[in-house]
Amino acid sequence: MSAITPDLIAAHQLTEGEYEKIVSLLGREPTYTELGIFSVMWSEHCSYKSSRIHLKKLPTRGKLVLQGPGENAGIIDIGDGYAIAFKIESHNHPSFIEPFQGATTGVGGILRDIFTMGARPIAVMDALRFGPLDDPECGARNRRIVEGVVAGIAHYGNCFGVPTVGGETKFDPCYNGNPLVNVFALGVFPKDKIFYGKATGVGNPVIYVGAKTGRDGIHGASMASAEFTEESKQKRPNVQVGDPFLEKLLLEACLEAMQTGAVVGIQDMGAAGLTCSTCEMGSRAGTGIEIDLMHVPQRETGMTPYEIMLSESQERMLLVAEKGREDEIFRIFQKWGLDAAVIGQVTADGMLRVKDHGKVVAEIPNRALADEAPVYDRPHTTPHRKAPMGGPEFASQDLQQDLIALLSSGDLCSKRWIWEQYDYLVRSNTLEGPGGDAAIIRIKETGTSIAMALDGNERYCYLSPREGAKLIIAECCRNLSTVGAQPVATTNNLNFGNPERPEIMAQLVEAIEGMAEACSFFETPITGGNVSLYNETLGEGIHPTPVVGIVGLLKTMKPAGIGFKAPGRSIVLLGGLGSCDLTHFGGTQYAKVVLKQLWGMPPVLDMDYEKRVQAAIRDVVRQGLADAAHDLSDGGLAVALAECGFPHGVGAEIDLDSDLRPEFLLYHEGPSRILVSAEDAGPVLSVAASQGVEALVIGRTIPGRIVVKNRGRALLDCGIDDLRTRWNTALETLLRA
Amino acid sequence: MKFGVVLFPGSNRDHDVFDAVTRVLGQSAEILWHGDNSVKGVDAIVLPGGFSYGDYLRCGAIAKFSPIMGAVKRFAADGGLVLGICNGFQILVESGLLPGALIRNRGLKFICREVELRTETVNSPFTNLASKGQILRVPIAHGEGCYYADQRTLDELEAEDRVVFRYVDNPNGSLRDIAGILNRERNVLGLMPHPEDAVEPLMGSSDGLVIFQSMVSARLPELAIAK
Repeated sequence: MSAITPDLIAAHQLTEGEYEKIVSLLGREPTYTELGIFSVMWSEHCSYKSSRIHLKKLPTRGKLVLQGPGENAGIIDIGDGYAIAFKIESHNHPSFIEPFQGATTGVGGILRDIFTMGARPIAVMDALRFGPLDDPECGARNRRIVEGVVAGIAHYGNCFGVPTVGGETKFDPCYNGNPLVNVFALGVFPKDKIFYGKATGVGNPVIYVGAKTGRDGIHGASMASAEFTEESKQKRPNVQVGDPFLEKLLLEACLEAMQTGAVVGIQDMGAAGLTCSTCEMGSRAGTGIEIDLMHVPQRETGMTPYEIMLSESQERMLLVAEKGREDEIFRIFQKWGLDAAVIGQVTADGMLRVKDHGKVVAEIPNRALADEAPVYDRPHTTPHRKAPMGGPEFASQDLQQDLIALLSSGDLCSKRWIWEQYDYLVRSNTLEGPGGDAAIIRIKETGTSIAMALDGNERYCYLSPREGAKLIIAECCRNLSTVGAQPVATTNNLNFGNPERPEIMAQLVEAIEGMAEACSFFETPITGGNVSLYNETLGEGIHPTPVVGIVGLLKTMKPAGIGFKAPGRSIVLLGGLGSCDLTHFGGTQYAKVVLKQLWGMPPVLDMDYEKRVQAAIRDVVRQGLADAAHDLSDGGLAVALAECGFPHGVGAEIDLDSDLRPEFLLYHEGPSRILVSAEDAGPVLSVAASQGVEALVIGRTIPGRIVVKNRGRALLDCGIDDLRTRWNTALETLLRA
Repeated sequence: MKFGVVLFPGSNRDHDVFDAVTRVLGQSAEILWHGDNSVKGVDAIVLPGGFSYGDYLRCGAIAKFSPIMGAVKRFAADGGLVLGICNGFQILVESGLLPGALIRNRGLKFICREVELRTETVNSPFTNLASKGQILRVPIAHGEGCYYADQRTLDELEAEDRVVFRYVDNPNGSLRDIAGILNRERNVLGLMPHPEDAVEPLMGSSDGLVIFQSMVSARLPELAIAK
């Protein structure tokens, strides 16, 4: 047994103050095993110690919310007796160290969070951030990370049998040393069949099921709570290895076991493995848990209690069953070829008591681990930014070349190369897969469909974390509304740098406050999520990258899609042309891709107007008035027009009447705007008028070309085939660079 | 008519097939567990897509040893209709019910995409309601779907009119664009694409339905006589 020295405490990333708190909670010095247990439970990853006081500002209640934050996933009532569970989680740090396995286990972890509640996963989406593929220094490594992450997500989701239906991928040098892999999963179940991670019923057996425990992933949660240094490559053994087939077996066995009525509570073993699942289940129920590690199925010999408690081996679950009904559980796990073993029982004393062959090796109050982790109000000043407020003087050399540059940029090009590697159709519920504004999954059991979208915008959030956060909520809700769905709830993944730096902490605080304001306004409460801090390498942090996943509800119907269907239709710009000035042009894709600099502020958002535009488009789509609808976002009007043209090769002839300079008119990213094509513009304009929203008939669809004029002056005139080829092949070209 | 849908532990399109033949087609269906050695009196069998036993080895290489495959072979030998889709096709090939092999896609990557299939023969219980040359829009979703066989086998398949579907635009490098083939007795079909995911306008295509409808049409007269 190692002696507890200051070095050992520091190696566990615990501060002196935290160690003193441990001693006072225990009333004695911790054992080595106990020190390990505290270190993972009190890690940033598990305890949210830097963000907790600010996360409380987020709205979490709503009339459809059945379960808010604090459980494995949030739950929303979708009517007809059914509910959905969904959440997003990051696997950023492991994906940098070992891209393929980091991504697979990211998918595996979030899927378990969903089915541990009793829901069958029916959709996955991913928000990915990488360094540029053509980065002069890091390009080769970035390409390798992209290949690995995408293959990892595909490997896990495809085999498990969940469709990967959407997401977003962007590139920026700030992710060179810190790629982001955020995975969202959603499941469905009858709302009277929800399971919680609670260890209730003193005397009930605690049962371990699934994969055997090995030495992989020890201290993964702590690794995810530190900056990267030159030594990080040596942390490869901290990354776990995923087995999607085993996870599939675990899914089927768990859902079948839940049907028996013998399962009292269940929780997956994710970050901090056996430690986290035991103490959290006990803490939630106000009970104790006593286990003996000799009963834990192990795939290696000679593992110490420390290693067993901290292992993050994948595809494991802990469940509490009704006493006397263990055999019913065992029979099901045996049928699916999985290990299941009683490793202990629920006790009345509130303690996590860990024995090794009868000898107590750890004895800690569950609440001390799960609920009494330190909470920090870290100092925060003004958000870090180097970008100037004032913008450069510029004039476009060639508006058409600008459009080509945008469409073939990493951020805006087609992500087909990525999503074709994902099975986005399995379970035959995908009404709208990748490539649209939002994915749509129908629920066969009811007449309802679920729309979902992920959005993040590091450019906006870098220039203003508060305004940026509001804009991503607005955009995500707009994406859902554009397919006809009413946004109902949000999950968030807050990816930031080192919170111990006040200017980074300020980014986090302002982003959370902006998100809180927008989620309240759009009535999309946060039902759960994840915080990923310390996304820094050698002192260089990422741009603040909050990512949100919002889900919406709609009646099952055939989606209109974003593509113009036939020539001769009217094109309406719902919301109007918007406004822009040099300051608010500084966060656009045009600024990033064409001018290669950021400045000023993100676009101005009028939340009240945005909400009315969204109400209008929902009406338009639900009444079947639109034969295509697509919201304007990155790249502005010109990029949106091109994207509407790509699916069917039907383009547009647009005639504008605006005072805006051409660069702004074509490429500004003012929110609250949606392109609609309709056989008859009249009813669309009426809906807009009834919501008090501007709607302009800006042109009509034509075969094969995108033509834009302003007051008679030609701004763009290009063939769709050429644009599409560049857009379609850009990613593969960059990957082969 | 009752379809039997074989469930290996790693099957994941069992649900899709089950839903297509019951809810959409209005027939009945029963799950056949991989550990059982009986087909429970069903009228036709579908081996669905997925990753039978994880398929970390060769796809379907372990599945061929499962008890249910013994029963499926007997069922096929007695003239029963067997449809293997994707992983099901891989298992049929591994089991020797169909010739050739399915190897890694030409691009070495998993591909999920809607493709066009050309119906090459209507002389089969799986295409009797289709028309020759009919184009079906159905999705593929596989990493190992490149059909491979020696030249003699390929010639034989063609000479005996056993190539049922070809890709219009070959996505995976399959020899002679082959997407689906029959056994010599014409009662076993293996194909890589997923007709079960194209059975309703909501899904973007209902072209896959004709395969299941053909199976029903082929079996119904016999069933009527039996009754």
